[in-house]
Amino acid sequence: MKKFVNNVDDMLAESLSGFAAIHGDIVALGEGNLFVRRAMPDKSKVAVISGGGSGHEPLHAGFIGTGMLDAACPGHVFTSPTPDQMLAAINAVAGDPGVLLIVKNYAGDRMNFEMAVEMAEGKIATVVTDDDVAVENSTYTTGRRGVAGTMIVEKMVGALAETRASLEDCRLLGVEVNARTRSMGVALTSCTVPAAGRPTFDIDDTEMEMGVGIHGEPGRRRVPLGTARSIAEEMISTIVADLKLAEKGQGPAILLVNGFGATPLLELYLMAEMARAELARHGITIARGLVGNYVTSLDMAGCSLTVSMVDDRLLRLWDAPVHTAALHW
Amino acid sequence: MTDTASTPLSTDALKAAVRAMAVAIIDHTEELSRLDQAIGDGDHGLNMKRGFEAILAKLDGSADAPPALLKSIGTTLVMTVGGASGPLYGSLALAMGKALGDQPLTLACAADLLDAGIQSVMSRGRSQAGEKTMLDTLVPVLAVVRAGGADLGDRVKAAAAAGAAATVPLRASKGRASFLGERSIGHMDPGARSSQLLIEALCDALSKDPAP
Repeated sequence: MKKFVNNVDDMLAESLSGFAAIHGDIVALGEGNLFVRRAMPDKSKVAVISGGGSGHEPLHAGFIGTGMLDAACPGHVFTSPTPDQMLAAINAVAGDPGVLLIVKNYAGDRMNFEMAVEMAEGKIATVVTDDDVAVENSTYTTGRRGVAGTMIVEKMVGALAETRASLEDCRLLGVEVNARTRSMGVALTSCTVPAAGRPTFDIDDTEMEMGVGIHGEPGRRRVPLGTARSIAEEMISTIVADLKLAEKGQGPAILLVNGFGATPLLELYLMAEMARAELARHGITIARGLVGNYVTSLDMAGCSLTVSMVDDRLLRLWDAPVHTAALHW
Repeated sequence: MTDTASTPLSTDALKAAVRAMAVAIIDHTEELSRLDQAIGDGDHGLNMKRGFEAILAKLDGSADAPPALLKSIGTTLVMTVGGASGPLYGSLALAMGKALGDQPLTLACAADLLDAGIQSVMSRGRSQAGEKTMLDTLVPVLAVVRAGGADLGDRVKAAAAAGAAATVPLRASKGRASFLGERSIGHMDPGARSSQLLIEALCDALSKDPAP
């Protein structure tokens, strides 16, 4: 393992300290480093709080700020945060309008957020994201995973909350955006959890893991590495089929080409072009696009493609001002 | 048996047993993480180690009687382990402490406590035995404890080992392992293994004590 590290046990705390210090105009560390919050909390609106295991940076703390999240609870690497973290975050940023929790659909995340909700007081609602189409048979699984589409839900809901919308309206929007959003990932290499010190899975130079999750958990199929075009075709056609669009020409869509951490922008924009062409073949135009490392998987090479179907209202929410460490316009 | 079954377990004996369970988990950190790397995300050993180290740190100075001790253990696990294991093992201990209430901790009430703990795990995880989880170890153990009889410790350990081994051919339908579908078959569930380690350490510690 070759990483920038002093002591593996200190990595998360040191990284969070750096994050909070560098972006001190936007965020602040909560008490006991249990959570990160806006530097200037605004309790007159619904507080949007997310959280999850670390290792996916900039998700979630990088999305704290005006127009997006109010607080985020980082767990250990790839490990859900604990209920005391969520409680502390809720107590720090919640006002009378209530709290909306955005939770990625993993057994651990859901259980820990559930326990926090049971212990907390005040108005709290939850949106669970599950945009990953790679999990094929949801009857026999814990359900689809929440992956890169989560940031689109966070952006839209965050924008709506700024308009002083009600907790229920924010929740409904989160459910709607999640339902309109699908993602699929592919890994070219594994990732190394610092505390484990070795790659999570072995993968040959000539192979790729199709349908990989964002924790280095193996996907559904190990296949020979294809061309960028063929990879994008498979991912987009799987996504489009899953969206079950009533007719061709529906759209427009937001396309997110998300790097997993070790794939350069040169390749990500190339994948964006392949995805754009494939979406066009399906009659879907791209209204907005975003390319970069937003929901990463430590040092994994690979990317995910996310397609989120929008209308004028959703596009306005996407275009609304956002001022966070990782996303701003 | 009646005498043994109704002899209360002292707080010191319970603390010694908890200490032995913590050591068992910490000693097997690497193995648990390896099992989790095969079908999960590879952090089970480290997360459990963090939780049981936190329990050890609080144990020596604790003056808690058994119900409060179980509650404190449950809370510590929930607040330090994270992932799915934190809420599940935490709920197990919290429910056992709640079920114990004011009555003395004896072998006679062990089955009821474990039953309450298992119910709590099932409800928190929306799961049952046969889904390649810790329940596959705990549920057969409960049946043996409930039946009682001679050589209970050895038979409980055998049931735990068999339960954990039985997860190998199962296809996971809960947790991250479920994302693998058929590929989860052929690996022991890390949670079933950690439960087996805890049960074994508990039985060994109690067999060293004159009281059960």
